[in-house]
Amino acid sequence: MHSRRTFLASSAAMLFLSACGSGGADDAAPAASPIGGDENAAATLTFWAWAENIQRVVDLWNSKNPTQKVTLSGQAASDELIAKFLTAVKAGNAPDILQVEYQSLPTLITNNALQDLTPVIGDVKSAFPDGTWNLTSFGGATYGVPQDVGPMMLFYRADIFEDLGLKVPATWEEFGALAETVRKKDDKRYLTTFSPGDAGWLSGFAQQAGANWWTNEGGAWKVSIDDPATKKMLSFWGELVNSGTLLGDPMYTPQWNSQMNDGTIIAWPSAVWGAGVLAGVAPSSKGKWKMAPLPQWSADERFTGFWGGSSTAVAASSKQQAQAAKFAKWMNTDPEALKVLVEIGLYPSATAGQTSGGLGAAPDYMASQTDYYESAAAIAQTARGFSSWGPNTNVTYGALEDLMPTAVKEKADFAAVATKVQEMSLADLKKQGYEVSGG
Amino acid sequence: MTVNKAAPGRRGTASAPYLMTAPAVALFVVFILVPIGYAIWLSLHAMRVRGAGFGIRTEVFIGLENYLDAFRDSALVEALGNMLVYGLIMVPATMGLALLFALLLDAPRVGGKRYSRITIFLPYAVPGVIASLLWGFIYLPAVSPISAALEAVGLPAADFFGDTSIFFSIANIAVWGSVGFNMVVLYTTLRAIPKELYEAARLDGCTEWQIALQIKIPLLRPALVMTSVFTLIGMLQVFSEPATLRPMTNAITQDWVPLMRVYQQAFVENDVYLGAATSVLLAAATVLLSLGAIGVFRIRTNRSER
Repeated sequence: MHSRRTFLASSAAMLFLSACGSGGADDAAPAASPIGGDENAAATLTFWAWAENIQRVVDLWNSKNPTQKVTLSGQAASDELIAKFLTAVKAGNAPDILQVEYQSLPTLITNNALQDLTPVIGDVKSAFPDGTWNLTSFGGATYGVPQDVGPMMLFYRADIFEDLGLKVPATWEEFGALAETVRKKDDKRYLTTFSPGDAGWLSGFAQQAGANWWTNEGGAWKVSIDDPATKKMLSFWGELVNSGTLLGDPMYTPQWNSQMNDGTIIAWPSAVWGAGVLAGVAPSSKGKWKMAPLPQWSADERFTGFWGGSSTAVAASSKQQAQAAKFAKWMNTDPEALKVLVEIGLYPSATAGQTSGGLGAAPDYMASQTDYYESAAAIAQTARGFSSWGPNTNVTYGALEDLMPTAVKEKADFAAVATKVQEMSLADLKKQGYEVSGG
Repeated sequence: MTVNKAAPGRRGTASAPYLMTAPAVALFVVFILVPIGYAIWLSLHAMRVRGAGFGIRTEVFIGLENYLDAFRDSALVEALGNMLVYGLIMVPATMGLALLFALLLDAPRVGGKRYSRITIFLPYAVPGVIASLLWGFIYLPAVSPISAALEAVGLPAADFFGDTSIFFSIANIAVWGSVGFNMVVLYTTLRAIPKELYEAARLDGCTEWQIALQIKIPLLRPALVMTSVFTLIGMLQVFSEPATLRPMTNAITQDWVPLMRVYQQAFVENDVYLGAATSVLLAAATVLLSLGAIGVFRIRTNRSER
């Protein structure tokens, strides 16, 4: 074991992920390939991002930094962006700066597509909560500046809850009972829909339940997608969906929009950015939605998970890395930039962004809930993520998004999907040549 | 004089064909042969990890391993099955309707020809993805005008995303989009048939029905062969309709048809190498099937011509 450590430390290209908590200072930190250049030199940078209206932040930067022009290229979101970026890296025309969802970072890192930013971004570390900073750090090396986070919470139609005499559920048990009550009181309505094709949403629930899908122990990966917490969570949804108490239809379809708008669906477990989505899909129920903490697995717990959230990373192939890193830091820590991030509907990762003036007033759409951001900040404190994302999160998500809709269609055992995904994920790790520990 | 004239003439005839085909050959090499070669090269490689922990993936040569994986891929077999069921609905429906419309438009004493021709052809101008989104709206129960109409008259709402109906729903989009093109090809061929043949047939006492069956359809054979091959290839390449509808329903998996499986391998799992291997296999199957189809039709046509 010791000799392996030495070997790792000596290999400049090698990354080493310290296992959660156990990673001591002696863990081999990768010898960072130097990040070149003067961060104040003139530059022309390209930036791939999908966040809506992020052009406004770019405009602000360009007005202040006339010699370092950033050009935004709006891109398809998340998975497709990763595929596109990796292809661009292969083709030699990748952008300098990139918006990356946290769970996609490992895929890019292992493809050697991202620049290790550790030497140049240490000075902004204190601007972020430790937990959030860890989302972009792997084995002591930091590959991106956290941009926004998505702590999960429950949105519900306050007006319909009141009409039907419903109480906001504090536990998942109450949530299940409430789903049945809704069906009994008004058979046109459902409490919510279980959208089976959204792995990010499901992993958020798993995080809340206490799952830890990936851990790295001494260089070997331990995968536990079929752990009791995940199975408990999936079985819970499975019973409600298979009995017809909840819908099992996907979110983000024209049908879902219409059902969210007309009150067929009266609650939505989502994340802090959900208010912005609601404003888009259900404009006619403005001011009627309220937000509460996600129901808990036991009455004395206070936990939530993350759904979504992204970081700003710099391409390994960029010739202007220092300037690109400067932009990434500025966008996610500068008070003025943070203010614009909030205005365009993001919930910044930076501590200042979650407390500063911009967040004071509730979003227009949630007008009936004046303390929206204070509640959100309190909920954000209780969020817990996985200790690490696996190097094949994309394959795992793909498997989940393939098997779960079929399970819903066939009214099958949802927990069995976790077992199957576990097998597929492990098999893929082994095939790619990763060391795997345990089962 | 004559010698002088002949010499450059001969040189000209020797190099001219090469010069004239050069652009086509260059385009063929750059845009067909090189990409195919690259796909084959990719299919023999894979990203594998060096070392522990996160590791860095590097490209290594793995021989035929990807092909073995593709052959053993049960998801691909299932996808092929789905494609065949879809094809069994789509190909006959497209060809049958295209032929029917072409014959109707060509029949004498049919009114509104120009209007009908454009109406039937118009869907072909709608891109497949847009068409799928439009039909998605019509299929989704909560926003479907068809479901609303059925409910208004007290009938149960149709389920367009059921285990069986899904095949018809997807095939319907493709048929809607491609009938017009095939119809125009067939109709144009029909217009080129000499009118004297019909006159002669009528003098012999043929009805319009008999003219269609005994004269028009046999003379349409070459055009029918061509449009059938196009439609078959369209079946093998089915992608945008199910891929666009997938987010709307649980009935379509990410690997519902072969090309979706390739897309999943290459862009969801980020394994372009396995995706390339599957593509090469599918391309080989497509070429064989097309050649086979043309061969079968040719034999039939030749026989009937004799």
